[in-house]
Amino acid sequence: MRRFFLIAPPFAWLLLLFLVPFVIVVKISLSDAALAIPPYVPKFSWAEGIGTYFGQLDFENFTFLTEDDLYWKAYLSSLKIATVSTILTLLVGYPMAYGMARASSEWRPTLMMLVILPFWTSFLIRVYAWMGILSNEGFLNQFLLWAGIIDTPLIILNTNTAVYIGIVYTYLPFMILPIFSALERLDGSLIEAAEDLGCSRLTAFWLVTIPLSKTGIIAGCFLVFIPTLGEFVIPSLLGGSNSLMIGKVLWEEFFSNRDWPVASAVAVILLLILIIPIVLFQRNQQKQQEAEQ
Amino acid sequence: MTTVEFEPWDDPQEKPLIHFQNVTKKFGEFTAIDNLTIDIYEREFYALLGPSGCGKTTLMRMLAGFETPTTGKILLAGQDIAPVPPNKRATNMMFQSYALFPHLSIWENIAFGLKREGMAKPDINNRVDEMLRLTRLEQFARRKPHQISGGQRQRVALARSLAKAPKLLLLDEPLGALDKKLRQETQFELMDIQEKTGTTFVIVTHDQEEAMTVASRVAVMDHGKIIQVATPDRIYETPNSVYVADFIGDVNIIEGTTSTIGEDTYAIGWADGLAPLNATSSTAFSDGQKCHLAIRPEKVAISTDKPEGAANAVQGRVLDIAYLGNISTYHVELLSGEVIKAQAANTRRISRRSYTWEDTVWLSWTATAGVLLAS
Repeated sequence: MRRFFLIAPPFAWLLLLFLVPFVIVVKISLSDAALAIPPYVPKFSWAEGIGTYFGQLDFENFTFLTEDDLYWKAYLSSLKIATVSTILTLLVGYPMAYGMARASSEWRPTLMMLVILPFWTSFLIRVYAWMGILSNEGFLNQFLLWAGIIDTPLIILNTNTAVYIGIVYTYLPFMILPIFSALERLDGSLIEAAEDLGCSRLTAFWLVTIPLSKTGIIAGCFLVFIPTLGEFVIPSLLGGSNSLMIGKVLWEEFFSNRDWPVASAVAVILLLILIIPIVLFQRNQQKQQEAEQ
Repeated sequence: MTTVEFEPWDDPQEKPLIHFQNVTKKFGEFTAIDNLTIDIYEREFYALLGPSGCGKTTLMRMLAGFETPTTGKILLAGQDIAPVPPNKRATNMMFQSYALFPHLSIWENIAFGLKREGMAKPDINNRVDEMLRLTRLEQFARRKPHQISGGQRQRVALARSLAKAPKLLLLDEPLGALDKKLRQETQFELMDIQEKTGTTFVIVTHDQEEAMTVASRVAVMDHGKIIQVATPDRIYETPNSVYVADFIGDVNIIEGTTSTIGEDTYAIGWADGLAPLNATSSTAFSDGQKCHLAIRPEKVAISTDKPEGAANAVQGRVLDIAYLGNISTYHVELLSGEVIKAQAANTRRISRRSYTWEDTVWLSWTATAGVLLAS
């Protein structure tokens, strides 16, 4: 009985805030668009009965998604951008996490603070700030022109490069923190043992440090990859008209086209795509917990 | 049957494998190793013994290459090893925490060093199998370190450090994490393996019993200095200082002043109104010199009546009895207020013991039982 009360709140939470909205979205994705409020039919009415209601639902919108190549191109491009930016974030984040783990213990809280500090400001404002940095008259170009490195301003804003910069910047803490926690627990004598057995510094890093921070690397990659795949704010603010991401398409279907059924279908497919990495991520976390026991 | 004594340190012809020459190591202001000179010979089992912070681990880490001496030289087989990085040294170390790679199996852990050497695959297989046999780990080869017990892990660490057949094996508190019974078993295993492989072992420990059991020679350290280097029996029987006598085993230390009786025999005045104690010493003491007489408890006899003809006999009251099963240690308070420990084997049932708490007893020991040490 006590167990039931303990697990009831999280289940109720999931039911109310995830499962119910999801079922609604699935239902909308199976409906037809209409000029109404809300903009779709059928609407349930007691007079027609439940049979007719379900009879009017179909997979038309999902078929439409396969017919227009905009959608699958957007999915593919999102996957590509998410993959590339995850790798970039890893390349930037790993050395930072490594440096933090190697720093003396009195410095670590400060460094940790510096990593988390950006969260104190709104995400939207931080992305806007990057517009000011990356634009043609922005700080970066002004600095490079002043330093004499370039003659004509670099065009970064409204390109995929800007999207990558924005994603790496925004999601860096999600990469650093799990890797840091894995590296912090790493026993320094393991590296010494590897050197003692004939490894150079570099091979010891490759054969001991990297494998032992693997769970942190995997966790960090998923924590960056999963939200990036559906990212909307960064591509719409920093990206140009040709940086195609599914999050942006989704937003446009909902708010510009007011085609809720197609938008819902896009969202359902996105979720199905995300289930694979989420399951893998859960597995990794579970493995890590087992290893710690 | 004749046995050849293993005493290379007494042979002037013998060249030491390791020679520390006036080595000093400083960490900032702190001096960890203070102008230290020692020799370690081939095939020796050399124990560095001392309290924590005495510099024994630093000494070992300098041998492994993780620290470099601030001044002085370390020679390995005549070569200065200061510029040689740890991965190029013919030494291997067994770490206190074992430092087994958790992501690799037992087999891969042992093969780790061999692979780095670029040894051929069949040779690696043979060598790892040999090591597994030596440490009796054959059936655990495929397991991960967290799937085996502490004692097995310790053997894996040993096998891994021995696999490369180093000239010198360093053991940093190798048995610290094991319980007493397992530790004693493993000590004999270590000695056995050392004899079989003929490797020179240097062991760091704070456990004097362990050092005495395994080592051919024990070096007692304190504050970065070597106090005494000798075989276990000599360290125990003839310590060169009060520090060594006190650090190794249990000891009674009696303070007094010497006066010469005959050749090598001295009377020690130690308490007002009590007869002086008799002791022999090969080192000369002048009359009236302050001294310490160190006597091991097991060399002090305890009896209810005054023993006839004993060189030293004192009366006291039993203050405390530490019963250890096979032996008992009696804490006897003398009339002068000093407490002397005497040890006796429990040859009779405890109910038949003829003295107990608060009883008046006599303690006695011979003139040669104690060691006379200068202050």
